[in-house]
Amino acid sequence: MADIHLWGALRPAAGGASVVQVEAKTIRELFRKLEDAYPGMTPHLARGVAVSIDGRIYRDSWETMLPDGAEIYLLPRIQGG
Amino acid sequence: MPLDASYHAKSFKSVGTRPLRPDGIDKVTGRAKYGADHNMPGHLVGLILRSPHAHAKIKRIDISKAEKLAGVKAVLTAADLPDLTNGDQGMFDILDNCMARTKVFYDGHAVAAVAAVDMATAKQALKLIKVDYQVLPHVTDVDEAVKPKAPLLHEKCFTEGGESKPKNPSNVAKITEFGHGDVEKGFAEADIVIERNFKTEQTHQGYIEPHACVASVSPDGTGELWVCTQGHFVYRNHCAMLLGMDVSKLRVTSSEIGGGFGGKTHVWMEPVALALSRKANRPVKIVMTREEVFRASGPTSATSIDVKIGIRKDGTITAGKAELRYASGPYLSMWGELGAMTSFACYDLKNVKTRGYEVLVNRPKSAAYRAPSAPMAAFAVESVIDELAKRIGKDPLEVRIQNAAKQGTRSSYGPVYGPIGIGPTLEAARKHPHMKAPLGKNQGRGYACGFWFNFGGQTCTDVNVGPDGTVTLTVGTVDVGGSRASLALCVAEELGIPYDQVKCTVADTGALGHNDMTDGSRGTFSSSMAGIFAARNTIEVLKERAAKMWEIPVSDVAWENGHAKAVGSKYGNLAPLSLKEIAAAAGNTGGPVAGHAEIVADGAGVSFATHICDVEVDPETGRSRVVRYTVIQDAGKAVHPTYVEGQYQGGAAQGIGWALNEEYIYGKDGRLQNPGFLDYRIPVCSDLPMIDTQILEIPNPNHPYGVRGVGETSIVPPIAAIANAVSNAFGVRMTHVPMSPPRVLKALEAAKKTKKA
Repeated sequence: MADIHLWGALRPAAGGASVVQVEAKTIRELFRKLEDAYPGMTPHLARGVAVSIDGRIYRDSWETMLPDGAEIYLLPRIQGG
Repeated sequence: MPLDASYHAKSFKSVGTRPLRPDGIDKVTGRAKYGADHNMPGHLVGLILRSPHAHAKIKRIDISKAEKLAGVKAVLTAADLPDLTNGDQGMFDILDNCMARTKVFYDGHAVAAVAAVDMATAKQALKLIKVDYQVLPHVTDVDEAVKPKAPLLHEKCFTEGGESKPKNPSNVAKITEFGHGDVEKGFAEADIVIERNFKTEQTHQGYIEPHACVASVSPDGTGELWVCTQGHFVYRNHCAMLLGMDVSKLRVTSSEIGGGFGGKTHVWMEPVALALSRKANRPVKIVMTREEVFRASGPTSATSIDVKIGIRKDGTITAGKAELRYASGPYLSMWGELGAMTSFACYDLKNVKTRGYEVLVNRPKSAAYRAPSAPMAAFAVESVIDELAKRIGKDPLEVRIQNAAKQGTRSSYGPVYGPIGIGPTLEAARKHPHMKAPLGKNQGRGYACGFWFNFGGQTCTDVNVGPDGTVTLTVGTVDVGGSRASLALCVAEELGIPYDQVKCTVADTGALGHNDMTDGSRGTFSSSMAGIFAARNTIEVLKERAAKMWEIPVSDVAWENGHAKAVGSKYGNLAPLSLKEIAAAAGNTGGPVAGHAEIVADGAGVSFATHICDVEVDPETGRSRVVRYTVIQDAGKAVHPTYVEGQYQGGAAQGIGWALNEEYIYGKDGRLQNPGFLDYRIPVCSDLPMIDTQILEIPNPNHPYGVRGVGETSIVPPIAAIANAVSNAFGVRMTHVPMSPPRVLKALEAAKKTKKA
């Protein structure tokens, strides 16, 4: 079980929790399980969510592994200029 | 190794040199083709009718007279652009922005369009379109828009992300919170706490080239679009979705681009041009006027930001808090969210809390502008940090160094930082000669730090070796800042051949797989990574061909300095084969030599900068003049240092305009009062000093050559640095930008009155 830290906009979908626990090996599996457990996150995931794994931010590489003990933060999938 | 993105230290031959820009001659001689330079045989002139009202219901549109006018080939309304977005709210907003459906939300919102044989006929046709509006109350100010009784833009807009589900609709579309620790406890531990409100006015990216396109849709359902854009693949995808076309049947070619800065990252009138062409069965060309660009495309947000920061007398910042309200035009976006993420990102804070508000107003749909949202947030935070430093009697730069984020710091937006460059930029500022330069009369010096995320994204690239051994690098990221030179340098480096043997071309959408657009400082970062990988794949092919020519196993062939070499003493008599020799023999060794790469370039790494500036303020006129400016920023590895310096200078120049002059001015009627460069004043050469730059090179561990994006961060610190300099010149804290002469005079007068009192 990994601790998944949520940014503010996702917390209402998790009953106000700032951290949820999910068993997932990859970002793809993490997103799938989050949608199953917290359907309120679906619109956010559709709009775009990035994943920070030990400080490195992944926007698109959903096959990326979630190492044991890694710090995992969900963040908005940011736009740039 | 071929697809290993990790950094390996090496000495470079091509990367880091400064060859002449490959597009230079065409651009200075007028040969380069920009958006409006492209013509198609028999194309029609497209024009768009725009709302004169800030907020109104569209009761009826009568196009019958316009349609009957001789020379008019098509007239279009929203009815010709049905909603095909399948519940994708973001795309629906883009569609509604391209052509209003039931309501107009701002002065300049498109309501109809015509295609006619010439400009005069098209203009006449626009006058014949009758729109029956029911004018509604409007709101253009971000603070007014959040008030409970403010005119409502969307009756079904219920704030997302708040503590509780709202009972009533409002103009606050979304609230997002970031942070950690206990800010109230942190403020209690502080010796001094300062809380202030800061405002920034809406500015435009100010790209010199207006939006322009030529569209042609054939009766067989295929289409072509020639357009000025930061991302022609994205434009293709948007247009195909909005028009119900197959992506593969729409070929989009990007022109040279006269600036984008985020404003050309989604479609504005291109679907309208395609729809007009489809209806008229003729190509249609639309070129926005400057007035249309200002009224109806891509400004950044106006903001109102409340900041509260506490500090101990020893210089430790104990807590930081910010409420950031960003106007996003009539549609939900993420500008407040980005402000909330970036505001305190430079600092190592135990207690921090930020809340971003997306506020809907009757202004044009806000677009990204170079490190979107970060400059306004930095202005607010860096101003208070400067003020706090003075209050405790410490040097503002030293306070920043003392509190700077470092490896292991928990960022204000959540994750713990890996290796980062804020500390080195501050240390470089401390040692910079600018810091010791004497200041003249009425002059002040200011510093500020800036942060931006940067990102990578989907990228697809080809390397093709010609029969003469010259190399074509084909990329799908639009060259907005010199990337063709930088990408050619990287591929030359990897292949081990001279730079002038490589030609980089931006291909149309039919030639490569999808490429994300050039935004997020990703152009050189991601396309160089893909180019390096494509070159590595090419080298594998070259080695195979050399093995065939020598009739030896490929495992005995190595690639060194642009040559295949047979490895081992048994091949002692074999002279190395150059790339040119292998290319010349390609027809008899398997055909053309090429390499390809398609990647997602994640791992761009965050970016930091520190700026120093000196400003002179004329106490009689209130005019502020930047007399010296220095940009210090980490580039990871500067592939073409001249272009990197240009990006640093360009960001500073735009920031100077934002800080001192530029602003959207709306009348009480909700109409934009200054939609032109005479009344909306961007800096010209005579307004600017020579901007000094210092490139730091701290390799990005997630790029083979250590490259980081450099295009955006340079616009983050300038507003704050200039505001601090102006404030230091007169001891009057400036909290509202632009710091135009009337606003500076007003602040000076207010300060005089306070002193007298």
